[in-house]
Amino acid sequence: MYFQRNFRWQEIPLHLYPVLYFFFVFTADEEDTVIDSDGRQERAKDKERKKERDRKRRRNVARRASSARKEGKELEDRPEREERRGRKKRDKEGKGKGKGGEDERQEEVKNDTVAKIQKNFSNENTRKLEQKEMEVVGEEDGDTEGKRKNGRSKKDEKKEDKEKHESSEEEEDEEEKEGEEKPDVLSPEELEKLKEEVDERKKLISTLRGKPWPMRKKLLTLRESHEFVEKYEGALGKGKSRKLTVICYRDFENFKTACVPWEMKIKEIESHFGSSVASYFIFLRWMYGINMILFGLTFGLVMVPEALMGRPYGSMPRKTVPRADEANAMDFAVLWDFGGYAQYSVLFYGYYNSQRAIGWLKFRMPLSYFLVGVGTVAYSYMVVIRTMARNANEDGGGDNNSFNFSWKMFTSWDYLIGNPETADNKFASITTSFKEAILEEQESRKDDNIHLTRFLRVLANFLVLCCLAGSGYLIYFVVRRSQKFALEGLESHSWWERNEVNMVMSLLGMFCPMLFDVISALENYHPRIALQWQLGRIFALFLGNLYTFIIALMDEINLKREEEEVLKLNMTIWEASLYNGTLGANSTAPPITVHPADIPRGPCWETMVGQEFVRLIVSDTMTTYITLLIGDFLRAVLVRFLNYCWCWDLEAGFPSYSEFDVSGNVLGLIFNQGMIWMGAFYAPCLPALNVLRLHVSMYLQCWAVMCCNVPQERVFKASGSNNFYMAMLLVILFLSTLPAIYTIVTIPPSFDCGPFSGKSRMFDVIQETLESDFPAWFGKVFSYASNPGLVLPFLLLMVLAIYYLQSTSKSYKQANLELKKKLQTQNEENKKKTKMAAQKAAMDLEEAQNARSESPRQQRNNNASQQSYRGEKNTVAFI
Amino acid sequence: MGTTASQLGKDLLSEYQELTFLTKQEILLAHKRFSELLSKEDRNLTSVPMEKVLSLPELKSNPFRKRICHVFSTSDMKDGSLTFEDFLDLLSAFSDSATLEIKSHYAFRIFDFDDDGTLDGGDLEKLVNCLTGETEDSRLTPEEMRQLISNILEESDIDKDGTVNLSEFQHVISRSPDFVSSFKIVL
Repeated sequence: MYFQRNFRWQEIPLHLYPVLYFFFVFTADEEDTVIDSDGRQERAKDKERKKERDRKRRRNVARRASSARKEGKELEDRPEREERRGRKKRDKEGKGKGKGGEDERQEEVKNDTVAKIQKNFSNENTRKLEQKEMEVVGEEDGDTEGKRKNGRSKKDEKKEDKEKHESSEEEEDEEEKEGEEKPDVLSPEELEKLKEEVDERKKLISTLRGKPWPMRKKLLTLRESHEFVEKYEGALGKGKSRKLTVICYRDFENFKTACVPWEMKIKEIESHFGSSVASYFIFLRWMYGINMILFGLTFGLVMVPEALMGRPYGSMPRKTVPRADEANAMDFAVLWDFGGYAQYSVLFYGYYNSQRAIGWLKFRMPLSYFLVGVGTVAYSYMVVIRTMARNANEDGGGDNNSFNFSWKMFTSWDYLIGNPETADNKFASITTSFKEAILEEQESRKDDNIHLTRFLRVLANFLVLCCLAGSGYLIYFVVRRSQKFALEGLESHSWWERNEVNMVMSLLGMFCPMLFDVISALENYHPRIALQWQLGRIFALFLGNLYTFIIALMDEINLKREEEEVLKLNMTIWEASLYNGTLGANSTAPPITVHPADIPRGPCWETMVGQEFVRLIVSDTMTTYITLLIGDFLRAVLVRFLNYCWCWDLEAGFPSYSEFDVSGNVLGLIFNQGMIWMGAFYAPCLPALNVLRLHVSMYLQCWAVMCCNVPQERVFKASGSNNFYMAMLLVILFLSTLPAIYTIVTIPPSFDCGPFSGKSRMFDVIQETLESDFPAWFGKVFSYASNPGLVLPFLLLMVLAIYYLQSTSKSYKQANLELKKKLQTQNEENKKKTKMAAQKAAMDLEEAQNARSESPRQQRNNNASQQSYRGEKNTVAFI
Repeated sequence: MGTTASQLGKDLLSEYQELTFLTKQEILLAHKRFSELLSKEDRNLTSVPMEKVLSLPELKSNPFRKRICHVFSTSDMKDGSLTFEDFLDLLSAFSDSATLEIKSHYAFRIFDFDDDGTLDGGDLEKLVNCLTGETEDSRLTPEEMRQLISNILEESDIDKDGTVNLSEFQHVISRSPDFVSSFKIVL
């Protein structure tokens, strides 16, 4: 009670304070305080109020004379609360009528008779009477069924409106009644009630949009509620600032939706090709957003600080193009391969200096580099997992296939489709899906030659495995060959030999899926299963290629490190010779000035890795665009214009127009992202490149889809596969961070390039920072925390937690299933009960009729009113 | 409202925003499209006849277009003509951010061809025919149709009264992963 009153205090407007002051002067000893609602009037009627208050006090005192004071306090609180609850309930019911009224009515209209029967049972006394009534109603039903059907929806609406009005009027009436009962005076509970009502109205306003009412009614209700709230909110002391915030919020929302890029483009595609093609573009946009953030991280925290505050170009060997390459460092061919000046710039790992703090900001460059690398991966994990969880939530745990047919029926139409061609395809695919489902249900699908099918499937898988192995070997072979070429010097080789690796990888990625497609024709799978196999195989192919590439790179890294060892030795010799030479010439000049371009340097494997990835991305992008232009655009143009002078119908026949391959494109996007994650640590420019690529892809693919693709033959649903793609992305993320983390943790960094040069491992930068930038105790705490004695129990705890959560989720699922079963059985029982009740009622009715036909006279004598009723019924029955 | 005033009132606009799941831009776009539909006809009309609404490219290839018009129409003549407010109701129910409840409610009414508040065998048959297209070769055979409908009733008719009512329908729909994403119409 105390808290409640306290709470109310803050809500009472200023102009009520004098009144309240009176209150406390006069009624401080009373528990049942009276608060006036309308202060302005009250101020004028001070005396009257005093009198009234006295009167009330007297009444209250009289009422509670019998009970002790403390008890009275508690006792009074309770009923008051109870009453409030009751009122709330009543209000809710009143509203519920408006809300659920329609649903109920639909049932009511249909189950009119059933309801009546049930009523019969509940009330034995009036049973017979009501039976007749029921019959009459039934007869009337039969007579006016046609009419009713015609006018039903109209009636419904009217009813609805009436009900709504009634309920609102009821509320108003209540208000007025209360106002009449106690004019100008509202007790705290009434104030409370009013507040509740206002809150309820507000809730109504906020949920109004979610109600299936026609707009006119919604408008009416809204205006009414607004008026009500405005009228009483002032009395309750809430400002109008809320309205302003609502408007601001809405404007902000509008602004936000206006800011979402490519919304109109995607909507256009959506309306042409349905939601599955659009889902690819939404995925692309999502990817673009993630890459924007990754780009922001690397650009803002690594590239820009180094470019602005780090040592300038040419000040150190790692920041200078070596003398041997200087002549063609600016050639386009070299730059295109990200050699020359591009190699010795902020774009790659090797350019960064190991100086601990740079510039006047004392920016910790190596630390920042390391943390950005880690943060990139951590952020990606977080986003992917969060999206997956949200998607899983949206699925609503669609784990059961118990509604297979109903879903096909009720949810298979894609309302976005606005293109007749797509609609035709959709019709066809829905029909086949119906037929397939029926066939599956009948289980009449028997393979006539199961051995042949099995053999063919095994053969197909064998062929696919051969393809995968072959492509893996090819890549390995090519990478090793390219290393040989690189050792011999790139200049002596042709363009093809220089770009062999990337070209081979891209070509494999292009042609192998087609091969798989051909092979999968052998298997004779259901198209949906075939698609899954196809996706799985392409996934395996890409993954295999990527990992072969990485293994080959690892070999190269080891080679470079050996080279580095040799070079280190040579360096000391070179330095010694330098000293010797200078000593011989001039012994008095201690600073030996050698231009940084002339100093011999290590091979810097990190930059090499970065370069490889950047080249891979560029060539991949190029192939994608070129295939798009040739495979889609050129084909479409040829088909379109050669069709006039060709011997068969090109548009309907063999080449036709290309379809948009959603799954293939999504896979391409996912692998591209995997390469970004893998290479971003060694080439900070990768996210920037990817942003550019995705941006161009968005426009190019949107254009290509709209101008030269036809809708898919089989229209697949988007959302069902959403989490499938996300899961793929997660797997790729994991697999691509694995090698990156491996190289970071196990391979020592190059001695003369990159932010970690001079350290034995890259992560030593953390320890260094802890030692020199943080107080000693922090380092101690950290070392304790990283002690295996503490880490292992923690890991154990996490495993336990995962186990616990999994088992609880399992048990929840179980409980869910059981509840479902219960619900079903209960429904069936109810159904049975109502059926039995109906039978019983029918029997009773028969009995009654028999009895009446046996002794009509007696009954007439017995009860005149009943008789008349029956007579009426009889006439109706005869009619 | 859709008469000569090409611009919606500010108050009305904000009220519409409060009452629908649409943003300001979407409402304005809807108004523009709606007045385009009206412009050829007499401008004093407030409602657009069904044939005009059906000519919208967004609805043109939808097999349920007539049902949609009938469900959202509030005209007394039962001719499926839409006022601007009905049109907004339609777009709101089919918008991206509309809730599952409202979507499933309207879906039920769209599928309820005879407006009797339940989906019975006849409704389901008409629904299947809508989904399989107008051409004869894509239609299901009567045997298949019977099988299909009995399967559907077996699944979703929980109280076994031979029809699917609204709550059963919503129960089925709420578990479907695709419904919310496909029950959408955007201008």
